[in-house]
Amino acid sequence: MAEIRNYTMNFGPQHPAAHGVLRLVLEMDGEVVRHADPHIGLLHRGTEKLAESKPYNQSIAYMDRLDYVSMMCNEHAYVRSIEQLLGVEAPIRAQYIRTMFDEITRILNHLMWLGTHALDLGAMTLFLYAFREREQLMDCYEAVSGARLHATYYRPGGVYRDLPDTMPQFRESKWTKGKGLKQANEWRSGSLLDFIEAFAQDFPTRVAEYETLLTDNRIWKQRTVGIGEVSPERALQLGFTGPMLRGSGLAWDLRKKQPYAAYADLDFDIPVGTNGDCYDRYLVRMEELTQSNRIIQQCVTWLRSNPGPVTVDNHKVVPPSRQSMKEGMENLIHHFKLFTEGYIVPEGEAYAAVEAPKGEFGAYIVSDGSNKPFRLHLRAPGFAHLSAMNEMVKGHMLADVVAVIGTQDIVFGEIDR
Amino acid sequence: MSAITSYLKSLALLELLGGMRVTIGYFFKPKFTIMYPEEKTPKSNRFRGLLALRRYPNGEERCIACKLCEAVCPALAITIDSEQRDDGTRRTTRFDIDLFKCIFCGFCEESCPVDSIVGTDVHEYHMEERSESVITKPQLLALGDRLEQQLAADRQQDAPYR
Ligand code: SF4
Ligand code: SF4
Repeated sequence: MAEIRNYTMNFGPQHPAAHGVLRLVLEMDGEVVRHADPHIGLLHRGTEKLAESKPYNQSIAYMDRLDYVSMMCNEHAYVRSIEQLLGVEAPIRAQYIRTMFDEITRILNHLMWLGTHALDLGAMTLFLYAFREREQLMDCYEAVSGARLHATYYRPGGVYRDLPDTMPQFRESKWTKGKGLKQANEWRSGSLLDFIEAFAQDFPTRVAEYETLLTDNRIWKQRTVGIGEVSPERALQLGFTGPMLRGSGLAWDLRKKQPYAAYADLDFDIPVGTNGDCYDRYLVRMEELTQSNRIIQQCVTWLRSNPGPVTVDNHKVVPPSRQSMKEGMENLIHHFKLFTEGYIVPEGEAYAAVEAPKGEFGAYIVSDGSNKPFRLHLRAPGFAHLSAMNEMVKGHMLADVVAVIGTQDIVFGEIDR
Repeated sequence: MSAITSYLKSLALLELLGGMRVTIGYFFKPKFTIMYPEEKTPKSNRFRGLLALRRYPNGEERCIACKLCEAVCPALAITIDSEQRDDGTRRTTRFDIDLFKCIFCGFCEESCPVDSIVGTDVHEYHMEERSESVITKPQLLALGDRLEQQLAADRQQDAPYR
């Protein structure tokens, strides 16, 4: 009898379903995966090391680029960690703005995941619909921060600017005019909060559409039910967090277990799965879309009725307003000091984590009492999830590898850092 | 009983037809895409695009070579040289921004005490040689001159928030 050997093949790093630059070395037995070996590091940019050479505030811009589909959540973890060290707390309005944008980020991330996951498994339409909604939310990002993706909006001690009272509007053109123009600008006539409210009111119908397209679809079920099962015990041992853990049936969510920002005052539920397979994790994330939408609605209501400052009144940490900077010597000195040297952070260490869309994203800072971190470590949820790749795909077919990569919601920016 | 109904449902392809109804519905609805580049999506007045240097209404450049933007830039994209002019004021002799390094974080605009360096709403540009990624002071000022009206209007609108 002929000798049969397993066949080793590369999946990625240029594979469109590898979600970035994942290189997976697969040992195949026919079409069955015997062993999967993920190789990482192709997107390593040395963010942690880079942060050691910059004043604290300057690294905020680099936090966006870690998990580049949930930008503001990364900033939130970093900023909270600095706030812990400094002993300042953002004003309540800033906390609500952060909460609202964390949830907008969650929807952004889950829509991206939904679109690409479905596209990988053969459902093209959903990708287009998901991006339509993402576009609206990225306009919210742009309205507050000036950038659609890499916002650099959170600051230790609050957020950079308050929410704007106007939204940019479509201009008349050859194709968009009259009724079409009016329709395009329908949500944009008021403030940003009006826009977000209109979006939040409309969003449940959109989620219902996504569900019609996927939830009962037989092809979708064949591709996801029973694929990549993880038991609750194993999920804990592997260090899973976020929807990956909740899909296995453990109701662990930092927003409930260690409430930060304004989550303690808000009403929302934590969905959990039962079987821990790709389909359950899909259901969990779909429900999270709805729950995030609920949180956003509550935040909008609160923010409407509670105007106030969005940064602390401590000019050792937050620069004074432009007007006062131009008028007062003292403020000008603060301004120059903050933008050159930054602020001095007391010696010590702090770890702060947020429930990012993918799981627990944490920032650990060691300070030696200077204006730059002595060491910054970032805990990326994707890293723990990717480590379980072998366990999740072993014994499955090659095509299921794509389903597992999708369900892990891998983004290489945060894994390679 | 439920097994029979679910079997019948599955045989009737109900869930697939439901999905198709959604897509066919969109087939007859107005499109939500736009005709880029003839038509563009609206941009916020806080948009941080290509950088530019502004002038005062009397034509004098605003930048006083304080080098705050150079110090605050996390990507070290800005290079400034300065000297005293004959009229006694301090001005830059060189102001280079490397667009390959710039991450468009907006810190320079935030730091500038005289509103000189600003992020414009230009998001589409190209270059033909690698070396053209470094934009120089005349280019930055020219861009600022071209867009001054828009820039001033945007800053004024956003002033209460900053
Ligand atoms: S936008 Fe940011 S990276 Fe670009 S030049 Fe200004 S400070 Fe530097
Ligand atoms: S652009 Fe502004 S911050 Fe930069 S050197 Fe000139 S005045 Fe200073």
